[in-house]
Amino acid sequence: MTANGWLQILIFLLVTLAITKPLGIYLYRVFEGQDRPLPRFFGPLERWSFRLCGVDPDAEQTWKGYALALLLFSLVGVVVTYVFLRFQHLLPLNPQRLGAVAPDLAFNTAVSFTTNTNWQAYGGESTMSYFSQMAALAWHNFISAAAGLGVALALARGLTRRAAGGGDAPRTLGNFWADLVRGIVYVFLPLCLAGALVLVSQGVIQTFSPYLHVTTLEGAKQAIPLGPVASQEVIKEFGTNGGGFFNANSSHPFENPTPITNFLEMLLIFAIPAALTYTYGRMAKDQKEGWVIFGAMALLFLVGVATVYWAEARPNPALAGLGVNQTLGNLEGKEMRFGVADSSLFATITTDASCGAVNSMHDSFTPLGGLVPLVNIQLGEIIFGGVGPGLYGMLVFVILAVFIAGLMVGRTPEYLGKKIESREIKFAMLYVLIFPLIILGFAAWAAVAPYALPSLNNAGPHGLSEIIYALSSAAGNNGSAFAGLNANTPWWNVTMGLAMLAGRFWMMIPVLGIAGAMVGKKTVPASLGTFPTNGALFMGLLVGVIIIVGALTFFPVLSLGPVLEEFLARQGKLF
Amino acid sequence: MTIHPRQEISLFNKAILGPAAWDSLKKLSPHLVIKNPVMFVVEVGAVLTSILWLRDLLSTPAEPLWFTGQVCLWLWFTVVFANFAEAVAEGRGKAQAAELKKMRLEIMARKLQDGKEVKVPASHLRQGDLVVAEAGDYIPGDGDVVEGIASVDESAVTGESAPVIREAGGDRSAVTGGTKVLSDRIVVRITADPGDSFLDKMIALVEGAVRQKTPNEIALHILLVGLTIIFLIACVTLVPVAKYSRVNLSATVIAALLVCLIPTTIGGLLSAIGIAGMDRLIRKNVLAMSGRAVEAAGDVDTLLLDKTGTITLGARMASELIPAPGIPAKDLAIAAGMASFADETPEGRSIVEFVKKHYGFTDVDLNPPGAQFIPFSAHTRMSGCDAGGEAIRKGAGDAIVSHVREQGGQFPGEITYILDGIGDAGGTPLVVSRGNKILGVIHLKDIIKQDIRERFMRFRAMGIKTVMITGDNPRTAGTIAREAGVDDFLAEATPERKMRLIKEEQAKGKMVAMTGDGTNDAPALAQADVGMAMNTGTQAAKEAGNMIDLDSNPTKLLEVVEVGKQLLMTRGALTTFSVANDVAKYFAILPAMFVTVYPAIAPLNLMGLSSPQNAILSAVIFNALIIVLLIPLALKGVRYRPLGAGMLLRRLLLIYGVGGLIAPFVGIKLIDLLLAGLGL
Repeated sequence: MTANGWLQILIFLLVTLAITKPLGIYLYRVFEGQDRPLPRFFGPLERWSFRLCGVDPDAEQTWKGYALALLLFSLVGVVVTYVFLRFQHLLPLNPQRLGAVAPDLAFNTAVSFTTNTNWQAYGGESTMSYFSQMAALAWHNFISAAAGLGVALALARGLTRRAAGGGDAPRTLGNFWADLVRGIVYVFLPLCLAGALVLVSQGVIQTFSPYLHVTTLEGAKQAIPLGPVASQEVIKEFGTNGGGFFNANSSHPFENPTPITNFLEMLLIFAIPAALTYTYGRMAKDQKEGWVIFGAMALLFLVGVATVYWAEARPNPALAGLGVNQTLGNLEGKEMRFGVADSSLFATITTDASCGAVNSMHDSFTPLGGLVPLVNIQLGEIIFGGVGPGLYGMLVFVILAVFIAGLMVGRTPEYLGKKIESREIKFAMLYVLIFPLIILGFAAWAAVAPYALPSLNNAGPHGLSEIIYALSSAAGNNGSAFAGLNANTPWWNVTMGLAMLAGRFWMMIPVLGIAGAMVGKKTVPASLGTFPTNGALFMGLLVGVIIIVGALTFFPVLSLGPVLEEFLARQGKLF
Repeated sequence: MTIHPRQEISLFNKAILGPAAWDSLKKLSPHLVIKNPVMFVVEVGAVLTSILWLRDLLSTPAEPLWFTGQVCLWLWFTVVFANFAEAVAEGRGKAQAAELKKMRLEIMARKLQDGKEVKVPASHLRQGDLVVAEAGDYIPGDGDVVEGIASVDESAVTGESAPVIREAGGDRSAVTGGTKVLSDRIVVRITADPGDSFLDKMIALVEGAVRQKTPNEIALHILLVGLTIIFLIACVTLVPVAKYSRVNLSATVIAALLVCLIPTTIGGLLSAIGIAGMDRLIRKNVLAMSGRAVEAAGDVDTLLLDKTGTITLGARMASELIPAPGIPAKDLAIAAGMASFADETPEGRSIVEFVKKHYGFTDVDLNPPGAQFIPFSAHTRMSGCDAGGEAIRKGAGDAIVSHVREQGGQFPGEITYILDGIGDAGGTPLVVSRGNKILGVIHLKDIIKQDIRERFMRFRAMGIKTVMITGDNPRTAGTIAREAGVDDFLAEATPERKMRLIKEEQAKGKMVAMTGDGTNDAPALAQADVGMAMNTGTQAAKEAGNMIDLDSNPTKLLEVVEVGKQLLMTRGALTTFSVANDVAKYFAILPAMFVTVYPAIAPLNLMGLSSPQNAILSAVIFNALIIVLLIPLALKGVRYRPLGAGMLLRRLLLIYGVGGLIAPFVGIKLIDLLLAGLGL
């Protein structure tokens, strides 16, 4: 560990903090404000989109209406992508003449991109045509992120809306289509356009040329894949998608050439999730409510990144005595351009958020270094988290924390003045249940299934880590991989596809359910007897509940995976 | 024959513990346990390990026989202990109910049929029947007095030995079945069918027979069931995952892990906490008609308190004598004393005491021979005495003014200022006259109850708003409100205005509690979230409220709120404790499960437990014993402190959250030391 490394981590957090407020206000103005930003420029675009789609942005939906719109929209997304991939060979922009994608892989990929997971059971350059990359996949990066953002807004509205003085209780949560269009028009498109230009200036490529065939210095023939990378790169991070243009993802020099692009890509991942906490505070009319959530996220982030950095900066005990210089730490699977600190930081960020872009191979991390990304995902990706899922996941834990400890002030629990009752708890428990159910359920199946195990490249606890990581990544809609697993088999493609679907929609529906149950509740004005949710004490409580309710479930399995591997590695046993 | 606090049945005496122990075994029956899903899972685990143990008796065991046997035994104990907690909580109620049932002996009623008395058993009475009760008779059923007046011994119900007056009409007409008429004769119209009477309800309430889960309890149950399912998934999936890792986990070990992880502590104590909350109220002589009402009491944001009886003592006291211009103070004092000497009202007595104390008059001075007492009449609105040929009177300002004017006297203008001044100060003025002269004014003051101010401060600290309800004019009300330290007041209150205030508060999302006794209070009592009716009140008021105070002491509302809060706090504290416990149990059981196959994992055994079997057993034993250890806390409740929510949370989180993390580390280690030491 070096001072420089710590400084980079610190600077990253500070810059994230700095953009939280301005971007948060921007989001608030886009989605909740009376006057939206840059009306001359975006206004016509927005109105034109609404007219084209026949959307009345002021026609608000109940939670069921919102959920139905979301599901229908996602279903169409899956089907369109599936069809495009299956008929890739007949479609244009395919200079490499790549064939049709196999049905199981096409299903897996269609689900993966629709659910904002971007799990790639394939290598992009060897499977997807330029057309597929853009027309079947890239747009999902925008719309799946916007859809996730919408659900978070709907929950925030459900918690913060109040009956207008003496009026009827509110029942609606906004309009899904309006949120979707506004997210794309005001947030994703303009910022991605600007971001892509910055990336191009740093050397990220953007081209439709066929792959280059060159002769290397050693005289070997090599094909160098190219493509319209920069335009996809920004949304990959900004929408916490994570699907790389190339198989090597953000460790590829065409995707992430310099320390500046590396920093920018990390910042793009946290940008919206962090800003949403501010937007939320503004909606709650108490900025502290937002900062408490930010604080809990930042605390968990710091613990995570410190652990990874500490674990990765240590020399690998297995290489001791082999005359390898290990002063830089465990460099296996890491880009020298980024080194241990930036790789640890990137790995923590990408798994805190449900991004899944990687600039190093998590599979090659030390056991404890690899444990952190795994735990980050299993917590539900709420440490800043995905665009939308981060905030709504955190809010579900907020509700649970308020419910568990809130009774201790001698009142039935309230959050933002609204009582938390059995209906909300039912939905919140459903939300919390999904994760262990899919991750542990499928992992247990995989661990004893003769058709699943051959996919493993490593035996023992490390192999178990690979299984758990893959399923966690799918359920968490993260999309990063613990590489060692060959996931492009029918069983894995289908299982992972189901895990991604469940991890997205089985969690979004309870979230919308909570929003629907909370929105119409009476708001009790705060008094001295009100359970305080806007201070450091609650932040600590929230972190405690997240760890005990969110993480302990996975502790038994993790102790047989990374934890056991660490202890065995100390004895010199490797897998 | 009472449920009065003075003869309270202690929590942990033989009479309760013995039957409770027996009940906790009877409650093992699956159809009862399934009502509590957390405990049902434990029972299934216990049955499973029992079967394993029996199987192992006959074949080669996977785990040592003693180990399976002990795990099995302690799992059974876990369920039994939880049942025991509930049985103890119910025990006191049952004991009290048994006492009450003895009262339901068959009374012969003297029913009026076509103007003639007919003897029928009380159980044959129906609503609307008229019955006669005379001195020495037991009143055969609940009803309203429609004719006559009588003194009634209600100690059977209220524990209060002083007889009360019951009369036809007005707010004191309600009588309770089973109480005894001491004097006179009354005719009662029966208002409750047999089985539906107040006594029946009371028995059902204290027995806990009609207990339904409250809304918060239901929500908490959902949380606990959810956690149970999550841990069930975690434990069941661990078996194949461990198999992949070449570790074979026996069902005994998995059952042990599962039971330790699911929230058995709060799951086992939840219903006991609820029953104990109702029971605490009953010991305060308040009958809550449902657990929901007790829970609502904890949530109350606004307390509507009647001034008289709650904030001030029932009567006003003389506090000052202000002579009219040119009148010596002593002249006013002796006249005031003489006018009040025979006045038996508390106000009158207070005036006599005042002049004796401050002016040194004796009984002889105040009651000269030949003085003739003139009692208060609604017509003259004055009282006093005629002595030495002069009429000495005291009364409200306008009454005395017209009395003096009739006799050709003058009304000094200064008196008006004095009267206004007293009104502004929240007092009531009485003017004193002798002959046709006005002597001065007596200042009668509301006496605010001792320590009520501190009490309101405690409520303010908890964020509860207190509103004083009074029929006084706004000026007077404002002064008393300020002195008593209430947050707000409603002056010149009528039932309609009271109702409107409740609805306004509720529209703001607040929960409102109030007390009442009259029939015109009934709609407001029904509208309030917590409506406590006085036992002396009318049948309508008692029907409308969701609580009845048998002592008819409106101040009790404050205690009811505290009991409600304590109930919720206890639930929260034990839930937090239970959830926090899991961390230590993981560190006890997980290393023990894997260390045989993977000795490298030994450092995870943070507590340095002696052997894998002892580690698992220690966790299971701790998990069972903690339920027993926490029964007193569950029944008595977390100690209540009037702190703001922030302070309260900090305190309790430290005790039950952080404590909950640490306690099992210590407890499990101690049990392990004991097990290792005993060589079990």
